[in-house]
Amino acid sequence: MADVAFWMIVVLTVASAVVVVHHDKLLYSAIALLFTFFGVAGLYIFLWADFLAAVQVVIYVGGILVLVIFGIMLTNKITTVNISHTSMQRGVSGLLIAGVLGSLGLMISKSPWLVQEAVVPTETVATIGRLLMMDYLLPFEVASLLLLGALIGAATLSRREE
Amino acid sequence: MHSLESYLYVSAVLFALGLFAVVTRRNGIAVLMGVELILNSANLNFLAFARFGGANFSGHIFALFVIIMAAAEAAVALAIVINIYKNFHSINVDEVSALRQ
Repeated sequence: MADVAFWMIVVLTVASAVVVVHHDKLLYSAIALLFTFFGVAGLYIFLWADFLAAVQVVIYVGGILVLVIFGIMLTNKITTVNISHTSMQRGVSGLLIAGVLGSLGLMISKSPWLVQEAVVPTETVATIGRLLMMDYLLPFEVASLLLLGALIGAATLSRREE
Repeated sequence: MHSLESYLYVSAVLFALGLFAVVTRRNGIAVLMGVELILNSANLNFLAFARFGGANFSGHIFALFVIIMAAAEAAVALAIVINIYKNFHSINVDEVSALRQ
């Protein structure tokens, strides 16, 4: 049962990622990206990362994707229904990236991965919170500075010049 | 249950698709979508190694920081894209090759 769900989520993720990459209409790509994000969130749940799955849905789907759709709307005439976008040099880059994917797959299949057995963690949010407040306190604070800088930078960049 | 490798394969496919979008797409926002796919595949790798490395939560923290960085990157990149559109009336990355008009 879990296996069937896993493979369904994998197929959903990969198929919608293919649509993101290949569809000619920009808005359709953005909507397909939504399904990719949901699929990846589903895979996070299979990896015992329930908190990260929730964060993925909230930030990627609720934040980044809305931002991307706003970007599409602001950089095109709203009246053009079919906001199309084309690709260039699909053949050459397709071959190149097939090579990259092939070598990655070879690397994954040939490497002797060391898998350590573990039990399902009972509390994820509490552990992440404890790690953030103790071992990773400095990166946590730096991340808040980064977000502040991004906020100010984005506001300054997109402001209309007087 | 599914093995570590199955997650790594999914992540490799997502990475390759994201790279393909970055290389071939002409629209700047579509290139950004490719970058998001690549970041998602990196996160999937982090969490897969966290899960199969003895439920190590450091991988979760790294994935969290990647998501934070992706949010900041998307905000700044879209501000830049909108600025480019105001100046050049196009966001096709092959046409916009000058830093200013």
